[in-house]
Amino acid sequence: MGLRGAAYIAGAWEHPTRKAPDKSIALLHAECARGALADAGLSKDDVDGYFCAGDAPGALGPLSMVDYMNLKCRHVDSTDVGGSSYQVAVGHALEAIAAGRCSVALITLAGRPRSEGQATGTAPRPGNPAAPEMQFEFPYGPATANLYGMCAQRHIYEYGTTSEQLAWIKVAASHHAQHNPHAMLRDVVTVQDVVNSPMVSTPLHRLDCCVISDGGGALVLTKPEIAKSLKRPLVKVIGAGEAPKHQAGGEVDLTYTAARWSGPPAWEMAGIKPSDIKYASIYDSFTITVLLQLEDLGFCEKGQGGKFVADGNLISGVGKLPFNTDGGGLCSNHPANRGGITKIIEAVRQLRGEAHPAVQVPNCDLAIAHGTGGTIGTRHCGSTVILERE
Amino acid sequence: MAYVARKFQFVGTADTNPETKPFFDGAADGKLMIRRCTSCRKAHWYPRELCPYCFGNCEWEQASGRAKIYTFSVMERADPPYAIGYVTLAEGPAVLTNFVDTDFGALRIGMDVKVAFIKTEGGGPSLPVFAPA
Repeated sequence: MGLRGAAYIAGAWEHPTRKAPDKSIALLHAECARGALADAGLSKDDVDGYFCAGDAPGALGPLSMVDYMNLKCRHVDSTDVGGSSYQVAVGHALEAIAAGRCSVALITLAGRPRSEGQATGTAPRPGNPAAPEMQFEFPYGPATANLYGMCAQRHIYEYGTTSEQLAWIKVAASHHAQHNPHAMLRDVVTVQDVVNSPMVSTPLHRLDCCVISDGGGALVLTKPEIAKSLKRPLVKVIGAGEAPKHQAGGEVDLTYTAARWSGPPAWEMAGIKPSDIKYASIYDSFTITVLLQLEDLGFCEKGQGGKFVADGNLISGVGKLPFNTDGGGLCSNHPANRGGITKIIEAVRQLRGEAHPAVQVPNCDLAIAHGTGGTIGTRHCGSTVILERE
Repeated sequence: MAYVARKFQFVGTADTNPETKPFFDGAADGKLMIRRCTSCRKAHWYPRELCPYCFGNCEWEQASGRAKIYTFSVMERADPPYAIGYVTLAEGPAVLTNFVDTDFGALRIGMDVKVAFIKTEGGGPSLPVFAPA
């Protein structure tokens, strides 16, 4: 059986919190799970597949969380590739459902870096000393913001991209976030606001960066027969792809991302092309992240991303490609420092016609949700999901 | 933005990992040691026993220390600010590093740089950094 359409997203729920010092990470996961199951019209006992990533508390992948939530599963998967893990999970759940390994797949994400006072983008976080790259990288202070800054610097050098063009990405996100009561940054900003905000790591300013937030989200995927028995609008998974990108033994090229490789299998499975897409959720850890991925997914030619995003082209109702209509990571939230699942949730809202009326894309029948996890400046995973309203 | 020396925190297995010990021994002597495959003859970074291009076995060689800046970013938010970047070694591979002994405003992609060595905190190993040639 082919994978296209083998599963539907029946439930999607985003935690409204942005700061949760009074809740454990496990509780946040469980609240998200409960929310997504209620959204689908399913119960906890219906879940027979559980998918999580490195934000799930516990040393052994899914084990602590299936215990905490008392799930009786016949399939688990805890592939951790950072913020793109949840697009990967949708793809893996699609495969598992198609193979008959589970019928109702639950995916959760939650975390609280804001309550824990984490300087997510500006302080290097040491990892496992045994990671082979650690001793050749950590001493040099790789702190997320400067790793993405290096990508932006090279793109500017090769293609003449400007800080003002990058700023348009934040401007578009802010236009959307003003309508999201849960968003952390609801003020509409201008290009000048972005380029005049304090420099974090050249050439990225404070407003080129995403927010640091607590929170989470969850998705429920089911086999077609179950989705069609429920009362929610039908959102079908028609494309999925994943691919890692790294330093290639020293053949470093920071002008493109793994989306160049995760996109094509997703487009091929879906049988559509970028110009068919009505709404795009694009991972937005930084403005440069969005620009690179838009090029790599084929929305414009390599090097033309600056021109593509300028002048409001990403603003719903204004431009040709409405993106991140919840405000995205740049303005709304980035729970657990991982923005993958919220990208998928907003795409589901758009396809159901349940986005905020001010940002709802008319007749939104095809949407993409793309994630990037890890850091583009060193090693990362791109993962692409394409969804269709049936 | 003027250069101010900063502390380098080391995390790794310099003393306990035989695969990379010759690199750190070289750095202690002011030599940038890289690996080249005995089979396909390509140099790579960071140093591995098995070639990341063909899985052949690799030998050590001393790199020239000459390189060009591929990209960089100055972390102005840090105290003191510092400049991270990739340099492309004359031998081929790109290396993640920091830039020292230079006004950060003078850094340019394509600039010629040369290797220098710094000591990491707490009696940790020496590591290569780069300064304008």
